[in-house]
Amino acid sequence: MADRKRNWNKEDDLPVYLARPGTTAQTPRQKYGGMFASNKTIDFDAYSVGKKGSRTPRSGSRHDMLDGGDNYSETASDISEISGSVISSPGDREDKTPGVEIKYPMGKELLQGQDNGQSDRLLIKGGRIINDDHSFYADLYLEDGLIKQIGENLIVPGGVKTIEANGRMVIPGGIDVNTYLQKPYQGMTAVDDFYQGTKAALAGGTTMIIDHVLPEPGSSLLTSFEKWHEAADTKSCCDYALHVDITSWYDGIREELEVLVQDKGVNSFQVYMAYKDLYQMSDSQLYEAFTFLKSLGAVILVHAENGDLIAQEQKRILEMGITGPEGHALSRPEELEAEAVFRAITIASRINCPVYITKVMSKSAADIIALARKRGPLVFGEPITASLGTDGTHYWSKNWAKAAAFVTSPPLSPDPTTPDHLNSLLACGDLQVTGSGHCPYSTAQKAIGKDNFTMIPEGVNGIEERMTVVWDKAVATGKMDESQFVAVTSTNAAKIFNLYPRKGRIAVGSDADVVIWDPDKVKTITAKSHKSAIEYNIFEGMECHGAPLVVISQGKIVFEDGNLHVNKGMGRFIPRKPFPEYLYQRIKIRNKVGGLQGVSRGMYDGPVYEIPATPKYATPAPSTKSSPAKNQPPPIRNLHQSNFSLSGAQIDDNNPRRTGHRIVAPPGGRSNITSLG
Amino acid sequence: SDPILIKGGKIVNDDQSFYADVYVEDGLIKQMGEKLAVPGGTRTIDAHGQLVVPGGIDAHTRLQAPAAGISSADGVFQGTKAALAGGTTMIIDHVCPEAGSSLLAAYEQWRSGADGQACCDYGLSVDIPRWHESLREELEALVKDKGVNSFLVFMAYKDKLQCTDSQMYEIFCTIRDLGAIAQVHAENGDIIEEEQKRLLELGITGPEGHVLSRPEEVEAEAVFRAITIARQANCPLYVTKVMSRGAADVLAQAKRKGTVVYGEPITASLGTDGSHYWSKNWAKAAAFVTSPPISPDPSTPDHLSTLLSSGDLQVTGSAHCTFSTAQKAVGKDNFTLIPEGTNGIEERMSIVWEKCVVPGKMDENDFVAVTSTNAAKIFNCYPRKGRVAVGSDADLVLWNPKATKIISAKTHNLNVEYNIFEGTECHGVPTVVISQGRVVLEDGNLCVTQGSGRFIPRKTFPDFVYKRIKARNRLAEVHGVPRGMYDGPVHEVPASVKAVAPGAAPRMAPCAGKAAAPPVRNLHQSGFSLSGSQADDHIARRTAQKIMAPPGGRSNITSLS
Repeated sequence: MADRKRNWNKEDDLPVYLARPGTTAQTPRQKYGGMFASNKTIDFDAYSVGKKGSRTPRSGSRHDMLDGGDNYSETASDISEISGSVISSPGDREDKTPGVEIKYPMGKELLQGQDNGQSDRLLIKGGRIINDDHSFYADLYLEDGLIKQIGENLIVPGGVKTIEANGRMVIPGGIDVNTYLQKPYQGMTAVDDFYQGTKAALAGGTTMIIDHVLPEPGSSLLTSFEKWHEAADTKSCCDYALHVDITSWYDGIREELEVLVQDKGVNSFQVYMAYKDLYQMSDSQLYEAFTFLKSLGAVILVHAENGDLIAQEQKRILEMGITGPEGHALSRPEELEAEAVFRAITIASRINCPVYITKVMSKSAADIIALARKRGPLVFGEPITASLGTDGTHYWSKNWAKAAAFVTSPPLSPDPTTPDHLNSLLACGDLQVTGSGHCPYSTAQKAIGKDNFTMIPEGVNGIEERMTVVWDKAVATGKMDESQFVAVTSTNAAKIFNLYPRKGRIAVGSDADVVIWDPDKVKTITAKSHKSAIEYNIFEGMECHGAPLVVISQGKIVFEDGNLHVNKGMGRFIPRKPFPEYLYQRIKIRNKVGGLQGVSRGMYDGPVYEIPATPKYATPAPSTKSSPAKNQPPPIRNLHQSNFSLSGAQIDDNNPRRTGHRIVAPPGGRSNITSLG
Repeated sequence: SDPILIKGGKIVNDDQSFYADVYVEDGLIKQMGEKLAVPGGTRTIDAHGQLVVPGGIDAHTRLQAPAAGISSADGVFQGTKAALAGGTTMIIDHVCPEAGSSLLAAYEQWRSGADGQACCDYGLSVDIPRWHESLREELEALVKDKGVNSFLVFMAYKDKLQCTDSQMYEIFCTIRDLGAIAQVHAENGDIIEEEQKRLLELGITGPEGHVLSRPEEVEAEAVFRAITIARQANCPLYVTKVMSRGAADVLAQAKRKGTVVYGEPITASLGTDGSHYWSKNWAKAAAFVTSPPISPDPSTPDHLSTLLSSGDLQVTGSAHCTFSTAQKAVGKDNFTLIPEGTNGIEERMSIVWEKCVVPGKMDENDFVAVTSTNAAKIFNCYPRKGRVAVGSDADLVLWNPKATKIISAKTHNLNVEYNIFEGTECHGVPTVVISQGRVVLEDGNLCVTQGSGRFIPRKTFPDFVYKRIKARNRLAEVHGVPRGMYDGPVHEVPASVKAVAPGAAPRMAPCAGKAAAPPVRNLHQSGFSLSGSQADDHIARRTAQKIMAPPGGRSNITSLS
């Protein structure tokens, strides 16, 4: 994009001040002309949108820029408390990139002022609209929180606030599919709650999050869901949806899941293969859970790590006297992640259900997903900001607080080539979605585990940095184009979680969650300026190209020029329907073609061996010693046994029958179906 | 026994072939070379145009099914007889103890069963049906005193033999410390059980249900998991019965990544495919039932023999465990009850020759390696077995690559009515088999002595396997990061919460001692008591230590830059 722009800059022989794109600040209208012709502006005010004439929004805007912005300052300051008269002008005028400017209607529209300057009606002019499939230049008219019109020469009502995008990219707001803004741990919650977290999200260009409801094991999913729902409703500043984590598989959970799917707008559930004796489910339980969730049409999320082995490794590493955060990475080597991913995919492909791997953190796990996709199972992988942007070498930092800040599960891979590899897979479509896994704990909270790495609360930041990191690592390096960027940060997530095309696309009728993106803006990530409440940012010091200039959520400008305009609780809960077509179309067809059929044979009527009566439980095969029923029932919950009673056939239903059937020499002689040869 | 001179044959070892005469006396190879000086009365066998190969080692047989229940149709005597007829002069049989019973007792039972019966040398491998701490001593006793150096764990047969991942990790660690080989029956038992349930509900009860309920990805998954666990434990792994493409590919990849792992395809997976499960003839279909099942993909034998030739798979077994049709018919209304096992002990060498050497995938040396030498190396009876060399046991086979034989139940040396390789034509057959210096097969006549087979004790730490493991053990040490004490603020955990579920992570998991004392053995907990720090040792300490603003100011190890 940057290149292309540069090209047209040259071609169109733009003024000097456009000759140096790629510099930080949004721009400036300046002495030598400023950016907006005041008469134009006034025209706008008087509603004269159509005049841009033939194509070339940029030439239009260039034209617009031709005069001083003083009018604007007045206007703006009239209406709102937005700092700076023009959003796009952070002061200095030396940078010569065309910025984005927001123009407010004059005088009579001041009624909008009480809305903090955020009009319900908004026109974005001269932007390049990027969807996941293609991009084009068009104006965008937003009203009532929806995208109402796309095109040129739009007819819009008067008094519309206008944003001059000046050829900048206009992309669908990001969707962060993995956040834990209210994750409980030992009675405390992460420092970023729904308010703090969604503020950070918006500041980073993410206009919707899907948060995880994490019920305490044993507590009801519904109750927990309501708890999260309430907390988010009162605090969230951007739209949100909720995943529900299944932390234990108990009696009655099926009914609750059904209610959640049918009535509560939840269509995704996460199961855990790690956290032994806490959340972990056995393969049998996973099979049952997958089967049931598939019948509900839900998306199955899996936290994939082998919990059994982790528990063993933790024990071993603590015994060796390693108690620092490096123990976290050592006890969760990437093989264990890859193994669990492989297993989850195997189970899912048996059931023919889609499976979505959250937090793909390592090369080997990502490779397993990529391989599996080539074989056909419906697998989706979600790398997170942390795994795309940094690596796990920091676990060995001498600074305990810094090392602890990176603790998350699965851990960041200590292999420094991991981010590059994951970005490549993301670019080629082997991984599809990006999340953040945002769940930051303060250093004091992390310090609960200062003498034992297993006690360190897990979670890293990333909600704010996600879009920028993906841009910097994947687009700015030429791995993916902007359309793919939109796909992995927003569209794919919307499709998988059945929000599409309401979210994840710039189209008439979609929600007005729009981001104006500046590919050239360079921003250094630091804890000093981030919106999260934590003291340490795991991306500290990272210089990123690409950042949002303006973020519009529900049709309102919520972020411009580094300033947030948000209200607690303005985010809506977005219910999601089951059976997302993106996943289930194929599943349904596979269901149809995958039917199993037995072989129709005559009855076997040859001799049947008589099993000696005494060892009743010695079963036929050399391998089967005792019948399942004979195991001592463990008084503690055995995670490897389901508590479902089996309706239908049981393996040893036939035991009593068998002795009765014994026909050693049937009266009519042996029929030929048993003859050999 | 009389001394024997084998004249004019081409000696084939795994590394080279050469022409030489072999002089055998007292059950050992005494001389090799040309123009040997031999005492009078020596019997001469003319081996012109034939290969002299080390007798085959069948690394996997189950000739004695458990004492209770159905016993295998071919006992030790019949089985070893068939082995010799096929050119196999040593077997490694599996001891399969009842769950919960003593391994040592089962071992003794197998020994006494085999000692009077076997007509070829044998070793024993012990299955570990259910793990508990007390087995550790038994394993040690078996390894140190009983000459057993391989143990098999099951990932399938849920609620019967299946081990959890934690148990496997503990077993593997124990095995590694003892210097033995961890063998694994790799199938995901949890998934299989669910699939079986589902298929029975669908009304599929025939043998095709067996293969439908155990698809090959379930095998591949378990192989992958076993390899992961073995890598964590740094334990050598031997995957028995590699039946499918998927599983073999996983093994090959793991080998490429440097894992010490061995794969054993069996006669059945190399010689036939699983399409027969759909046979209209129930008895025929049932005869193929084994676990993991023979893959229905008809290209599997070809693929496996390619991997075997390339060294990605190393050993061939037979997993010979036969049941008569009447015995199989126990499961005539329910495929899950069909006793599992196929024949293959007699056909193994010929099938490998036919599938690998005849099409030019491997040469005669590779043939020796995969049928004999590799097994001898892995299970530590090399060079006593697995090589034609002075001092080695006189277990020799004269192999005629030009002769052909058609496998058929009519001519095989087994009791079962059905041979799963029925009708396969094999080029290359053993013409003379010498076991312990005695000719047991000649001119198609078997001449065996019941009980003449000896138990071959095997030592621990086979070099072929453990040299690398030992080196890796030395390298694998991990070190913590030396840091100053963290002395910043610590969030105070409300005391009341402690009783409630610990919250987000496996926080409580590592502290085995803290869970409610389970009256039954909790398979998920090890009996290790953690000396040293426990996960919540700190909880008491922490409240006392909470220093929000330490007197000397915050030290810079906690400062955030």
